[in-house]
Amino acid sequence: MNIFTLASRELRSLFLSPLAWSILAVVQFLYAYLFMGRLEGFLQIQARLSLMEKAPDVTELVIIPVFANIATILLLVIPLLTMRLISEERRSRSLSLLLSAPLSMSEIILGKYLGLLGFILCLLLLLLLTPLSLLGSGSLDFGLLFSAWLALLLLAAAFAAAGLFMSSLTQYPTLAAITSFGLLLLLWLFNMAANNVGDDGSTSVLAYLSLLTHYENLIRGVINSADILYYLLFITGFLVLSIRRLDGERLQA
Amino acid sequence: MGFLGPNGAGKSTTMNMLSGNLAPSQGQITIAGYDLLDEPRLAKATLGYLAENPPLYRELTVYEYLQFCARINQIPRTKIASAMQMAMDRCGLHSVTHRLIGNLSKGYQQRVGIAQAIIHLPAVVILDEPTVGLDPIQIREIRSLIRELGQDHAVILSTHILPEVQATCDQVQIINQGKLVFRDSIQGLEHRLQHNSLYVAFHQPPALDALQDLAGVESCESLGNGQFRVHYKEATSPAEQLVARSVAQNWRLYELRPEQASLEDVFMDLTHNEVVESET
Repeated sequence: MNIFTLASRELRSLFLSPLAWSILAVVQFLYAYLFMGRLEGFLQIQARLSLMEKAPDVTELVIIPVFANIATILLLVIPLLTMRLISEERRSRSLSLLLSAPLSMSEIILGKYLGLLGFILCLLLLLLLTPLSLLGSGSLDFGLLFSAWLALLLLAAAFAAAGLFMSSLTQYPTLAAITSFGLLLLLWLFNMAANNVGDDGSTSVLAYLSLLTHYENLIRGVINSADILYYLLFITGFLVLSIRRLDGERLQA
Repeated sequence: MGFLGPNGAGKSTTMNMLSGNLAPSQGQITIAGYDLLDEPRLAKATLGYLAENPPLYRELTVYEYLQFCARINQIPRTKIASAMQMAMDRCGLHSVTHRLIGNLSKGYQQRVGIAQAIIHLPAVVILDEPTVGLDPIQIREIRSLIRELGQDHAVILSTHILPEVQATCDQVQIINQGKLVFRDSIQGLEHRLQHNSLYVAFHQPPALDALQDLAGVESCESLGNGQFRVHYKEATSPAEQLVARSVAQNWRLYELRPEQASLEDVFMDLTHNEVVESET
């Protein structure tokens, strides 16, 4: 109940700021551009594909690669959304309103997180509309589409949790944005390091930690509980850290 | 209750601790019978807090903001509307209900902050320097609002402005460098403020000795330009005599006022006393 009050306040404030709208617009624009490019390529090879047996369809050749690209855009965009969550409240001193109200720290953090998740859901639902527009001229692999979309959602939710934690550390939104961007990029690039190190034990650990590895599984249509669990653990981990951080702030200072 | 102290005395820190924004490193805080650390929810539900900078969301309207405050303070859904009505009545917010908080003047923002603190009818209302940065008319309005609140809530008012406490409070506590140095009723404080001296000014000043001769006068000092400060023994104010003498001898008295100690003097006095006490 309290959590949803906080979440709806957060969501409302997001939509009252130009930032949210510009992010929606920019992401949608880039997405449309990528999508168009891919679709163009697909139409050129469509004739040859139709001759093949078990040819990959439009979902595999257009939507999935575009979704993979969108993940990179989300990496850039989500820190901008999360940066203000707590740091801004700390800066404008409105945090004391929440702290002196009968709310627990977990409620405050969860409320904020859910509010942001609501926004991310809006963003991703909009992304889902474009593939559906192809339905007029062909069929889609809905299983694959769902898996890829779920992958995007989990990825974005994980980004948001990390960003929220970074925002709880500071009172400067820009600082929160840049640190969460750095953290996410590092986790993303673990995979690259893993590829370079060669094939021993350390490789698989690094690869396992990477956000990208788990994302790649899901987006290929392999829904593995281990991958989903990885994201849930990632999210829970950062949320718990944020709660601890906010709680600890009262004790020191 | 007024909570006085010079800048940096620890007023805001104390307020932050009372409101649960900071945890004390020692001791415990009990609000309306609930321990703040053991039962934070119950304790915080009986408390309304207005921090030094009112905690507002500038992008919301007054209505939306108060609705949000009502909800997070767990007012039952059916009572939210009446609680908001009450808070807006109290703080005179009806004319600005649908305006954005960010566009309101500082005085109105302060009122919204107070409305937020009293919306759930808490037993204890804590106001941290509520009149800072307001114009004199707004200050007067806020003070009368505080006095009104004091009738059915326990109000703790933190400030460094002495007249504010004199205008609004019944009880006074003064802290200095984190320590409580004075605790009394407002009359007690006012008594303390009496300085046993008069400030007088004449157009045709008499000789210093002539003032010195008045009954009860301990000493006199000339401040130049026909102005004098007259120190007298406690409870023997020579004011009446002085006026009579002035008329009789045509000193042309044009100003006479009892001098009051400033807050700084009281602090000096109190901290000095403390040193003396600790020495003996």
